[in-house]
Amino acid sequence: MKKIYNKIMQISGNVVVLSATGIKYGELAVVTSERGDSFAEVIRIDGKLVYLQVFAGSGGVSTGDEVRFLGKQMEISFSENLLGRIFDGTGRPRDGGPALTKNLIEICGPTVNPAKRLIPSSMIHTGIPMIDLFNSLVESQKISIFTTSGEPYNELLARVALQAKVDIIILGGMGLRYDDYLFLKNTLESEGALSRSILYVHTAADPVVECIMVPDISLTVAENFALRGKKVLVLLTDMKNFCDALKEIAITMEQVPSNRGYPGDLYSQLAARYEKAVDFENAGSVTILSVTTMPGNDVTHPVPDNTGYITEGQYYLNNGRIEPFGSLSRLKQYVNKKTRDDHRPLMDAMVQLYAYYQEVLEKKAMGFRMTRSDNRFLKYGVLFERNLMNLSVEMPLEEALDTGWRILSACFDPEETGIRTELIKRFWPESKTTD
Amino acid sequence: MKNRGKIVGINKNMITVEFAGDVKQNEVAYAVLGDNRLKAEVIRIRKNRADLQVFEDTRGLKTDDIVEFTGELLSVELGPGLLGQLYDGLQNPLHKLAGELGFFLHRGKHINALPEETEWAFTPCVKPGDKLQAADTVGTVKEGSFTHKIMVPFHLSGRYEVVEIAESNKYSVKEQIALIKGKRGQLIPLSMMFEWPIRIPVTLYRERLDPAEPLITRIRIIDTLFPVAKGGTYCIPGPFGAGKTVLQQITSRNAKVDIVIVAACGERAGEVVETIKEFPEIIDPFTGMPLMERTIIVCNTSSMPVAAREASVYTAITMAEYYRQMGLDVLILADSTSRWAQAMRERSSRLEEIPGEEAFPAYLESTIAGFYERSGFVRLRDGNTGSITIGGTVSPAGGNFEEPVTQATLKVVGAFHGLSRDRSDARRYPAIDPLESWSKYTGIIDNQSRNHTVRLLSKAHEIVQMMKVVGEEGITLADYILYLKGEFFDNVYLQQNAFDAVDMATSEERQKKIFSMIKEIIDATLDLNNKDDARSFFNRIRQLFLDYNSAEWNSNDFLENERLISVLFLKYRKAGKEIEPYIFRQALVESDMDSHFIRSKTAKIKKGEKLLMVKEENEEDI
Repeated sequence: MKKIYNKIMQISGNVVVLSATGIKYGELAVVTSERGDSFAEVIRIDGKLVYLQVFAGSGGVSTGDEVRFLGKQMEISFSENLLGRIFDGTGRPRDGGPALTKNLIEICGPTVNPAKRLIPSSMIHTGIPMIDLFNSLVESQKISIFTTSGEPYNELLARVALQAKVDIIILGGMGLRYDDYLFLKNTLESEGALSRSILYVHTAADPVVECIMVPDISLTVAENFALRGKKVLVLLTDMKNFCDALKEIAITMEQVPSNRGYPGDLYSQLAARYEKAVDFENAGSVTILSVTTMPGNDVTHPVPDNTGYITEGQYYLNNGRIEPFGSLSRLKQYVNKKTRDDHRPLMDAMVQLYAYYQEVLEKKAMGFRMTRSDNRFLKYGVLFERNLMNLSVEMPLEEALDTGWRILSACFDPEETGIRTELIKRFWPESKTTD
Repeated sequence: MKNRGKIVGINKNMITVEFAGDVKQNEVAYAVLGDNRLKAEVIRIRKNRADLQVFEDTRGLKTDDIVEFTGELLSVELGPGLLGQLYDGLQNPLHKLAGELGFFLHRGKHINALPEETEWAFTPCVKPGDKLQAADTVGTVKEGSFTHKIMVPFHLSGRYEVVEIAESNKYSVKEQIALIKGKRGQLIPLSMMFEWPIRIPVTLYRERLDPAEPLITRIRIIDTLFPVAKGGTYCIPGPFGAGKTVLQQITSRNAKVDIVIVAACGERAGEVVETIKEFPEIIDPFTGMPLMERTIIVCNTSSMPVAAREASVYTAITMAEYYRQMGLDVLILADSTSRWAQAMRERSSRLEEIPGEEAFPAYLESTIAGFYERSGFVRLRDGNTGSITIGGTVSPAGGNFEEPVTQATLKVVGAFHGLSRDRSDARRYPAIDPLESWSKYTGIIDNQSRNHTVRLLSKAHEIVQMMKVVGEEGITLADYILYLKGEFFDNVYLQQNAFDAVDMATSEERQKKIFSMIKEIIDATLDLNNKDDARSFFNRIRQLFLDYNSAEWNSNDFLENERLISVLFLKYRKAGKEIEPYIFRQALVESDMDSHFIRSKTAKIKKGEKLLMVKEENEEDI
């Protein structure tokens, strides 16, 4: 039974209010205005008053427009046919293909029982040394790229998508600039990865409410593929826009803001999405790699701050490279003990030496005289940045480890590295290479 | 007849219900949604309308849907079988839920907390005619390595007489094991379990004592510099990635208490998984039983319903109070109290209350204080003592300790372990900042020595700052040595390797020994003629100490390292001038420590008064 109303009592922001009875919380409605049909969701019931959040925005909605309640929650089509397709934030095709209406599933399902979770155990190889070697990406991990506007974060995301050995890639774009969308789409297409990808893209020009749906839809689809045994990588860019959309709606609803205008439940909202990352026993997994842009490179801004407390680490993309400091993969210790014996000690040693290099740089900048050992560090820093940190470098983990050893041997004597003698004997390159 | 109401408003997890009869504050109610019954709690009543927080997803509810009030406050089940369990915030056993529902936590499903099928070997300790009151023991069962007391339910007031008592045999938790008669002749059957409302503290003890006995966590920086007392409270604030959760995990493994309750409150689910999977495998050196058998996990992670997160810390503390009542030492590790405070903030915002600082409710401070005050070292009515120690992490927004939750917590705790980003970036774990942290408790090291070492660290820190400006060449040799001493103490004592099987937990005896060795070195005047000599001496002695730290207690390696250390030290120790004058006595920055050394009482508890559940003599076998 569908209920139809045509008396809207209040329109403010993207929320319209009307008087209706028997309406379920979370139910979907269709608002028909002169601009066409738009979905709307019940976000509050107060006596007879029903608050509807209109996905396409309330612009052009008239008090006399028709509101038709559908008696069901937001649903999305799920099947293998999704692969290779591009949709907008509410699941309508963006690529001119046919709309999918079969096999509908509800979005925002229940949370996974912690008792059924597994200890993460397998690494996702990306071919990027700063990730594989220093902060390994782990299957079922949720991790964010912390960066600022202008950094090549979508390029990085595309590279991870192309190189990661996963079954399905789901890209959720929020508030993307149109050319960023085209870039991501074309990259996936030209590398032949589109056939195993599904794109849900909300561009900056689309109604803001649709932005909020993107992570939910992407993750619901991902979860269902994972339950069917697929390894799914979900890429979300940019979560800052998602948070801003939440903020906009919270303020429209006259909620008391907590910090810089963001709603008090920002943490819970973000966690509800990120916690969808999971490894199902005897089935597939969901891994989430997101982008969080930090206004003014400020990590204490509420969005990166809350994200940092939720995700299992972050990659700090700054000046076009992933910085070893500020980046952290909290799950790396589950996998880097199983790769090669020298992985963990080499990683520790190289980062420590790089920290010394930065101290030496500071000293140099202050005009202190450089000693011989200082000069070694200066050389080390340059080699490290050029051969491993540079984002264009692409090599498998084994090669990255070997490169690490070559850099060390080009700059230092073995005992200066602080690596155990046994490993030095096994891995130290025979002859010194020069750059 | 059950009191019923109907829904008139829904706002996320908050529903407004119109009712006719009487409704109690904090009463449990169920919103009926088809076959599902969604658990909710009354949190505000205005005229004939009650606001309820629903512990589950409210989608699908509509106006005029039925809400059934139960008349009961939100309670937990208490009885044998709690230990080793994994619960959600409302005490649903998650393993059992997983068995019935699979991967997901579908809403509207409730399972009893205590396993009903398990039979416990009950031994009575009262006989008909005995007089009893609430919390008195009627018998015991063996729960793992503990003697679990079966007590008269806490809510029964007045005196009772035993009419019947079951004989020694196996019973399940719901079977009647005793019949008692009240003053007015009313007969009350007792089983091994009963319920207690989580928001009401259990205060069935004779008196609260001063928390004077240190709680050994076997983490050196805590036990030595910033100790925690049994029955005390402490907090661990720190920015993300500084290692709060890891520190809690290490404590949950190594702390010398009877029972550990881990309240994973609004944090990542992945962090609990390690505890769930590994604790059954790790053997507790004190009891010889798997660690899981002394542990209860209350787990309401960040994506689980927010209202249940708010309740979960109370669920945890109520179970702790139950075990304390048996004369046990219980440690609660709450990770993180900020998420709990945020749950309150979300609730308050939906109630449209006038917000306080950063939109937290005005009652934030009193609520936090109320929670921490449920800790305590108490003498029970039977003369035994028991304790609840609370350690809460705080996740301050932006890592800034000036925010309301950190500040409200600092007011009510006895020790503060502030984690710093600088230390964690420098891989100095545990990243407790020795210059910021404090403790009002007395630990295993005398306060004067504690004070001196903290002053050394603060002086060394000043010298580091100075070197940043004038370079290494610009400071005197004496200052340089002082700096190296500070670094040395930090490196070999304050830092502890959580991945090293030996170094991860240092017993009290061993801490005292290493500390006195180190103290001797940092107090001594050393025969070092230039900075290179000094650096190389401290590098060598540091290396020796690091090896020493990872050598098994009293093993050959251990003794050999000890000998090498003493040889090296004696070689450089300047004869005649035994103790270097404390240059840092006139430290420019007075350490926070000074003002907190007010409390220095010794343990008042006589030996043998306490039930000895823990074999202390085994300690050195770790």
